[in-house]
Formats: sequence, structure tokens, C-alpha cells
Amino acid sequence: MAGDRHRIVGKPIRKVDGPSKCTGQTLFADDLSFPRMLWCKLLRSPHPHARIRSIDTSRARNHPGVVAVLTGRDLPIPFGILPVSQDEHALCLDRVRFVGDPVAAIAATDEEAAFEALRLIDVDYEPLDSILSIPDALDPARPPIHDYGDDGNIHKLVSLEFGDVEGGFAEAKEIIEGTYFYGGNTHLAMEQHAAVAVPEADGRIRLYSSTQTPHYSHRALAKVLEMPPAHIRVIAPPTGGGFGGKTDPFNHEIVVAKMALVTGRPVKICLTREEVFYCHRGRHPVLMGVRMGMKSDGSITALHFRTLLDGGGYGSYGVASTYYTGALQTVTYDVSNYKFESARLFTNKPPCGPKRGHGTPQPRFALEIHMDRAAERLGMDPAELRLAHLVPPGSLTANYLKVGSMGLGECIRKVVEGSRWKEKFRQLPHGRGVGLACGAYLSGAGLPIYWNNLPHTGVQLKLDRSGGVCVFCGETDVGQGSDSVLAQIVAEVLGIEPIDLRLVTSDTDLTPVDLGSYSSRVTLMMGNAAVQAAERARELLSSAVAGKLEIPPTRLVFADRHVFDAERPEIGMTFAEAVQTAEAKFGTIGTVGSYTPPPSAGRYRGAGVGPSPAYSYSAAVAEVDVDPDTGWVRVQKIWMAHDVGRSINPVLVMGQVEGGVYMGLGEALMEEQVFRANRNGVHKFPSMLEYKSPTTQEMCDVTTYLVEDPDPNGPFGAKEVGQGPLLPVPPAIANAVYDAVGVRIDEVPITPEKVLKALQAKDRRYGPADLPPVTWPPPLQVATPRQGGDGRAIGRAIGRASGGTTSTPAAEPARVDGRVTK
Amino acid sequence: MSSLSKLRVRLRVNGEEHEMLVPVEKTLLEVLREDMGLTGTKHGCELGECGACAVLVDGKPVLSCLALPVELEGHEIMTVEGLAAAGRMHPLQEAFADLGAAQCGYCTPGFLLAAKSLLEQSSDPTRDEIKDALAGNLCRCTGYIKIYEAVELAARRMRSGSETAPEQAVLYGR
Repeated sequence: MAGDRHRIVGKPIRKVDGPSKCTGQTLFADDLSFPRMLWCKLLRSPHPHARIRSIDTSRARNHPGVVAVLTGRDLPIPFGILPVSQDEHALCLDRVRFVGDPVAAIAATDEEAAFEALRLIDVDYEPLDSILSIPDALDPARPPIHDYGDDGNIHKLVSLEFGDVEGGFAEAKEIIEGTYFYGGNTHLAMEQHAAVAVPEADGRIRLYSSTQTPHYSHRALAKVLEMPPAHIRVIAPPTGGGFGGKTDPFNHEIVVAKMALVTGRPVKICLTREEVFYCHRGRHPVLMGVRMGMKSDGSITALHFRTLLDGGGYGSYGVASTYYTGALQTVTYDVSNYKFESARLFTNKPPCGPKRGHGTPQPRFALEIHMDRAAERLGMDPAELRLAHLVPPGSLTANYLKVGSMGLGECIRKVVEGSRWKEKFRQLPHGRGVGLACGAYLSGAGLPIYWNNLPHTGVQLKLDRSGGVCVFCGETDVGQGSDSVLAQIVAEVLGIEPIDLRLVTSDTDLTPVDLGSYSSRVTLMMGNAAVQAAERARELLSSAVAGKLEIPPTRLVFADRHVFDAERPEIGMTFAEAVQTAEAKFGTIGTVGSYTPPPSAGRYRGAGVGPSPAYSYSAAVAEVDVDPDTGWVRVQKIWMAHDVGRSINPVLVMGQVEGGVYMGLGEALMEEQVFRANRNGVHKFPSMLEYKSPTTQEMCDVTTYLVEDPDPNGPFGAKEVGQGPLLPVPPAIANAVYDAVGVRIDEVPITPEKVLKALQAKDRRYGPADLPPVTWPPPLQVATPRQGGDGRAIGRAIGRASGGTTSTPAAEPARVDGRVTK
Repeated sequence: MSSLSKLRVRLRVNGEEHEMLVPVEKTLLEVLREDMGLTGTKHGCELGECGACAVLVDGKPVLSCLALPVELEGHEIMTVEGLAAAGRMHPLQEAFADLGAAQCGYCTPGFLLAAKSLLEQSSDPTRDEIKDALAGNLCRCTGYIKIYEAVELAARRMRSGSETAPEQAVLYGR
């Protein structure tokens, strides 16, 4: 078993927070109470798009129990997660942009009184034309939702070309086209968002919030409250699930902080489940057009990907999401020439943002079904086609992503063998089928959300003469086990046990900054910082102990709470004595470690999204039953292999894989955020009963294979696992449905209704017909590494911009020879 | 300010008697969390949809967000805080901790209590019986697999009375 030479890393030991979570001792944000605490409620817009003519709060202010009322005028400074889209207000100033946009806040002595007072706020709205679909948003005659963006309701427009895509298509023997749609869905974390703000007597403020990113909430609070960041302390208690849904700074966090400052009393808010559905920031619905050119051996000569994202009412992470729908197509199978065009649209619906996989499950769904089509067209086995064209380890892709370790081949072989793929594919009886798909994901984004040249994470150790070690890090455990990763790594390096460590985490006053639990960055980045901090501490101890024992420091072993001579293990001392020896020699013992990702290779505009210190890989085979009479799809089993580099804790890695399979299954078959266009843009089913998610009755069996191909950039070789294993699941299921009954379902969720429609359709398919017309700008052109490019753009192609739906060659952007300009 | 009347109720929770005045409409969930400080019981919907607030009433799972304290006088209520005895975790708690069946841990109290009820009826439940017993509890982290495995491990340990180790494939994959 890999990891055997380590005592703690690689071992399936208990999560450090396991016992406290199993006994009810863990305190989540809503479990906190403080003396004189007030309860806060937000009044939310019933209109998808409206101007606020006036707000009268006088009746609410006079309601018994009400202590304070706020409106947008009290918090006029805009905020947002990305510097380029600071388009939100804690409470709307003069306009609401989706049903659920907050316009006023009440703080009262009890929750009931706050609820009642909401009804006493009189808001005079002037309803505006609402934009509820991608075609609506592309219509230049419709009113813009924001006064910024690339054009009308186009928030962000991207057009990039790597290499010579037309040339690539000209070389191709087969050109395969497809249109796909990935429905939007939401995180549905079990914990509703909660926050408690506590004013401190000296004017400072403390906020406890169920957030995955206390650092970003800290920044937004400082900006909107106009307070020095040093006077604001944000603490993220253990978070009851996030999946990306708690990575934005939220209105309610800012509102309770302001309320606490205004009233001088602690203020709590806990969103209702319905409010959580409207807060959203979940998976963007994405409409995709794919055109792929291949030689007869299946090598990809050209890939042209178009994505249209339904963004909802605000920017959120949307600019990053937009690029993510194009960035990672190149890291699995070798793509010689690649063109990516994308538009994110503003619509009057809850804002979309990052959900597990952030912008990549949608294009992965399209690409992996497309590969299945390609294999059939070429007469190849889908597994063999993929295996023949894997991106080699240690390579640079057409869009300048550096691939380090690459275990996808091993992943494919594992699931093919485990599922007995070769005996099943195209050979099972009608109604049963198997499908294969792959995926890849980042181990942390190479660049931070806001531009800076600072480390992305830091770890600080304080060694106590008792033998205990206090570990400080801003990382936020959202259930994925980052506390355990931190403890296992520090304990491994220092030769002590995780229980000897006291972890102090996710507290902006006490801990070094960690950017947060998103983009699967924590194990790799925090892990590297932890290794550095612990190794520095070990060096100090080694130096002192070696002097005392009169042996070279290199001969010292740190294990089992002892420091001893490797050659004469009986010579040594306890870890506590080692700390005392070092403290006597050097003074108080403390060390720090930090981590900054390596520089990325791309230098073109847009190159900031996609680079990562390491990519994880996954492959899945799904076996399904499809009832041809009802269209009902039942997933029997999924075999999932994941290249995690190295498991810091295999049982926790398995938990992430199984959880990713589960969430992918839900997205594939049932989960969807649906808004009623004919009923004012309200959510169709903002409840856990009606928003269908898999229960024990729908969850399939899972066999997990952990592929350990250590990555040089990972701590002990570790890469990510939290997000990647979701990606292959929806396309593997879609491909299995095709194998079972011969119909292509080119969109998720794959509902019985869609399967039945496809079974009755002439083309045996259900999915979007085409992309609506978009006027794409000429692409920014980048020569690929194979063409001798240096990662910089060589200019924009001259010529007319392409219009129309343009999945036909004639409609490709016309380009003049010698076309590049600076 | 709530104007509804308050009732005097006597509740027996985790073996202890509590006497209190509560508004008639206040749910058991709210009374446990807000009046008794038993915040181990969680809420995900407050509409009876997610199972996070499950507690045991006379050994049977009940959704505390839908239960009124006044109905529960004379009954034995158990929350997650009552599962460990004399500082020792229940075998289910041990097994959940061993296998990472609690990821974010928010749904865990409800699952533990539903599973306890199951194991009291059946000391060696099949996988399908476990799935049926836990069908009313949602978990978004685990995909339920580690939860099934933990219930099976706890059942095995309770039957044998020893610290049976989990299977290799459960800990390391294949």
C-alpha cells in the first residue's frame, strides 16, 4: 500500500473532528448564541426585475420587538467576489434583479417579531421587463439588467483560438458536431447559511459565518462597512456542507455586521431553506456547441467549443465560470488546435456561480458524449480511443496548461477491468447498458481571485514545551476533511500524533490567510505550507537535539513522540524534551510556512483561468437499466477510479469520491433549478422535497479505485479529490443510456420524459437543436507550444465577426491570410 | 413579539426531566435547541423534508421540526447528546467516526438516531434494510456509502462485542 513508509500520511485514520461531529459537540454557525442577541430577517423582492420607487419602514420600526431596520441607503457601497464584477449591494439600492434580491432588513428581539415586521415594510416597485432565458438575454432590444458588461445583457464575451483550427479541420477525416445543454442545479448543502455578528466594546466587530471563504467575506465587509480590515474578525465555524454555495461574500453577512454595529448587540441570521434556494450561486445552465475534427486513428486535429452561460442576476464568480467552460478540455486528450467562444448572460434569476467542478462539468458532459459519438463513428472502443490519445505527463497543452502527473490511463484501465467493460459494451440485453467517461480537475487555481503576489496560504506552528503543538491556518473545513489533512501532515513531519495538535483554523484575526475552500486547492496548497512549517520546526529541534546528543542532525528520526538516533534508537528523548532542548537554545519555538503556486505558462488575456499546480484525473463506468416503456433510468452501479496523486488519508479520499459520484448522479438524473417564466421567475420548487436529490433509494452502488501517481507539486504527492470525481458521472450515465436503448440524451437532467421523447424521435435523440445566434468577436489568437508559441497572444484575427448559429463550416469566422495584427 | 399563549410542559430528554413554559406553536426542535441548549439536533428545512432534526421518541425516529412538545409529555426523548453513555461513544458513533461517515457532520445526528432505531429492531440488517431505514434522511456529502458501511460495522461490533476492524476495501478502495 502506498504510504507505508509513513506513520500517519496515507493511513485511514479517523477525521480529527469525527468524534465531535458524531456526538453533537460541533458548533455550527446557527448553534451559536450570545447574550442580548437579536434576530435578523431580510425582506426579499417578489419581482424578478423592478425599480424601487420608495421604501417606507415606519410601520415596521414601530412593531413591538423591532430594534433596527436597514435599507440599501445604509449600505451603499457595492461588493462582489471578483474585482471585475462589484455589482451587488447588501440591500438593493434602487433596483432588484431577481426574485429574492434583498431590499430591507429587520433586527428584533425574537425571530417571530422580525418575521412579522417584514410584512410591515412598504416597498413601492415599478416592475421592469424581465429577462428569463438565454435568447431573451441575447436580444439587443431587451433592457440591460446592469450598466456594465460586454454588450447589452452579455456580461462576458470570450473568443480564443489556439493554433489553426480551420487548418485542423481541413486535416480531419471525420468532423463530429453536437449541441448539448447542462441544466442548472444547486448545492443543497444540508446547513442553511447562518451568520452571527458580535460587536466588541472597543468598536471592532466579529462575524461567525457558515462560509467556505472567510478571507473573501472579510474583504467585502471591510469595503462595505468602510472599516479597517484589522478591526473586523471573521470566523468560519465548521461548515455544514458548501459545495461552492458558501464561497461568495453574502448580503446577509454584511447586513448582520451592520446591524450589530448599529444596535451594539449581537445579531444572528439563519436563512430559511427557501432563501437558500434563491441565494443559489450554483451550477450555470450552459448551452454548448461542439465541433471536433479527428483523423481516422482518433487523434483530435481541431476542437471548436462554444458555450452560452445563463448567469442570473449578478456577476458572482461568473467571469471565471465562463473561462472554466473552456479551459480544461485540453488536459485529458491531446488537442492540436483549439477554439473557444463563450458568452455569459445576465438574466433575472438567482445568480449562478461555482458548484463542485465550477464551470467544468458542463463542457465535460458535452466532450465525453462527443467522444462516445466519435468512437462509434470511427468504429473504435470508447476506452481504446481515449487511451490512444491521452495527454502525456509533463506536457504543455495547446492553451498553455502544464500537465504534471497524469494517471488517467491507469484510471481507465481500472474501471474497464473492474466493470468487465469488454464483456458488456454493446453486448448487454436491450434496456441495460454501460457507458464510460473521464474527467480532470484542478488542484487549486493557479491565480488568486484578486490580483496580488502574496502566498495563497500560510501555516504557523507554535511548539509548546509540554510537547503539544498549536497549528494556525486560515483553511476552512467544510466537511472535506481539511483539518485532518493539516493534522496528519504536521504530525507526520514532527513524529507526533494528530491528537497532540491543537488546530486553530479559519479565523482572520488568529490565523495566517488561506484563500478558502474552493477550486480544490486546500490539500495541495495548505499541505505544502504545512510541510514547510513543520520541516522548519523539525530543523530547529534537530539542531538542538543533535547538539545535545552529539550526533549529526541528519541521523535523527522523529517518530512515536520521540526524537532519536536512527543508528542507536535507544539514544534520544521524548518530543516534549526535544522542544524543551530547542526552547532552551533558541527561545520560544514557532515557525511558519506558506505556499504560492508556480507561475503559469500562458500570457494571453484569459490565461489566468485554468492553470493549476496539478490536475487530478478520473474515469468512470456506469451500468444502467432503462425501461423503454416508462423512460425510467436506474443506475445500478458506478465504477470510479480517481488519480489523487497520493492519498493523505484514503478513507477520506474514498468519501470524497463516493460523494462526488452521488452528486453527479443527482445532476445526471434529477436535480435542476427551474424558474417559472410564466409566473414572474419564481423558483418552481424551492424545497428539499420537491427539488429532487438522491436518497438512499436512488443512490447506486459504487466501487472506488484510488490511483496513486504522486505529483511533484503535491505535498507527499497529493492532488485533489473533492471535485474531480463528479465530472465523469453525468456523461457516463448518458453514454450508458445510449448503450442500453440506443438514444442520445444530450442534456441533463436525464428525466424519463426526455428518454421517452428520444425513443419516439426520428433522430433517436433528445437535446437542444442549436445555439441561438451570437456575434462573436474575432478570436484572440495564440500560437500553440507545438507551433513554437511563447504563451502570448499574437493578436486578433482580422475579418468579419462570425454570426449565426455557426456550427457549419461555412459560418466559421472568415479570416484573411496574414491575418494577425498586434 | 409573539402573542400566542404559553403552556407548561414536562419533557424527559436523555433521561433528564425538564419543566418549562413554551409557546404552544414552538416545535420540539426549537425547544431542544433554543431552550435546552441541545444544539446537536440540526435543521435543514424545518418542513419535515430532510431528516436532519430526527430524534428518538420512545426509541422511534421522529422529526422534531414537526413535533410539538405538548404532545410528548410522558415520552422518552433521545437526542444525539444522549447517545454516548458515561463519556463513551455508542458503537454507531465510533463506527461513523472510524469510516468518515460524518463529513460535514450536519446530517449525522439524524442518521445516528435513525440507525440506532434500526439496530434495536434488527441486530444484523441487510444493506437494503439499512437503505430503507435511512431513506428519510438526506446527506449531501457521503453518497450514503460510508454511512451504510458504518452501520454495518457498528452492528458487527455490537453483535461480537469486540472492536472488529473495517474491511480493507472500505478503508483503501481497490
